[in-house]
Amino acid sequence: MCGRQWWPVPDISLVLPSVLQPLAGGQSVLTAPADGPVTVGKLLDSVAADYAILGRRLRDETGALRRFVNIYVGGDEVRRQQGLDTEVAPGQEVLVIQSVAGG
Amino acid sequence: MVRMATAQTFLLAIGTKKGLWLATSQDRQEWSFTGPHFLMAEIPSIGIDTREGRTRIMVGVSSPHWGPTVAHSDDLGATWTEPEHGAIRFPEDTGAALERVWQIYPDAESRPGVVWAGAEPISVWKSTDGGEHFELNRGLWDHPHRSEWGAGYGGAAAHSIVVHPGGDTVHVAMSTGGVYRSLDGGTSWEARNKGISAYFMPDPNPEFGQCVHKIAADAVVDGRLYAQNHHGVYRTDNNAESWDSIAEGLPADFGFVMLAHPRRAGTAWVVPLKADGERIPPGGQLAVHRTDDAGDTWTRLDAGLPDKEYNSVLRDAASVDTAEPAGVYFGTRGGTVYASADEGGTFTEVATHLPDVLCVRAAVVAGA
Repeated sequence: MCGRQWWPVPDISLVLPSVLQPLAGGQSVLTAPADGPVTVGKLLDSVAADYAILGRRLRDETGALRRFVNIYVGGDEVRRQQGLDTEVAPGQEVLVIQSVAGG
Repeated sequence: MVRMATAQTFLLAIGTKKGLWLATSQDRQEWSFTGPHFLMAEIPSIGIDTREGRTRIMVGVSSPHWGPTVAHSDDLGATWTEPEHGAIRFPEDTGAALERVWQIYPDAESRPGVVWAGAEPISVWKSTDGGEHFELNRGLWDHPHRSEWGAGYGGAAAHSIVVHPGGDTVHVAMSTGGVYRSLDGGTSWEARNKGISAYFMPDPNPEFGQCVHKIAADAVVDGRLYAQNHHGVYRTDNNAESWDSIAEGLPADFGFVMLAHPRRAGTAWVVPLKADGERIPPGGQLAVHRTDDAGDTWTRLDAGLPDKEYNSVLRDAASVDTAEPAGVYFGTRGGTVYASADEGGTFTEVATHLPDVLCVRAAVVAGA
């Protein structure tokens, strides 16, 4: 019999710095299904839906990424890509890293 | 209400550039500290709500990385709560985002659920659920002067809110913009700066644009308020229709602090700083100055303060409690906090080597 074989699509992982993990129930990595095109903005929407306070730590109420929050996709910071419209491929890791600003 | 010191607990909350410290005392001499709470976040605003017997501490928390929020504690800081979607959140149509909460002000005893907040960008907020959710004051947000308001060094914010305990009059001070008054509970606002100098502008007496650093209302005399301006100390006796200088007798007319006595008419405190070039206590000699006649004369108070102190005292880094006699508290940008249990007559050092002190609030609380 001939037929199509469906392979499971690997999830997208969002890796959190330790300081934010309490806001995600202690998890260091959150996963989201890659069911269709996923952008960083959509991924953060999904995070905010489950963990609203965590969502507010990453973006302000206009949806803008906070100034000293850096998000890396494919090893590159999203501000150097398409910002929150940067696409995330299935199985890719998205890193949240706080900027080295501060005093 | 007069609260006797002997039967009460005193709560001192110290907001700094890197966290919050809380202290309690039975006698205002010995203090027990907890903290830092919110380590590595600024605490620029604190409100202690003691109405109806509660002790709720509300704090504006600003992380340089993770943004601003408002949290509250009903157990003296053992646990903190913040609403999931934020206590202060700009409505979508404004296109604005909260930068920093500069003021948290519990309203009068007669309005026990009402808490006001002042924020950056310049905005005033009102909560009717004890400070858990705030609503933007649209009258001030949509004010036609908004486009001309400016930013002081610390940002553009509404930093002082004074609400008449028995009526609908609200005064707000902003940097820069000056004093605005509402006679209808915050629905409409008018600039009320006549007599306050704005020497840094082409017209030194504009309708608005002044850099008022702090205002406080006299506890007894209706319509009397005091203002510490960016150069200039003022009083109004006519509900801010006009302001008159009360700076004579002070070593400097610059400063950030303005405190009024919780019960007694005519008593207020300032902490003069030399400016604009130095911004330190004049000659490096820190002193609080108190008036007991609404600014006609001033008394220098420095007993217990160091011989030399080169740090400034910021606008909200000072407070009074409601005990008899009233306690006076203030902290410096050098991280030292001083307390007086006798209205400024004698100060003691209650904390040292903290990060820059941004906000100090003191209250007489139940239990603890």
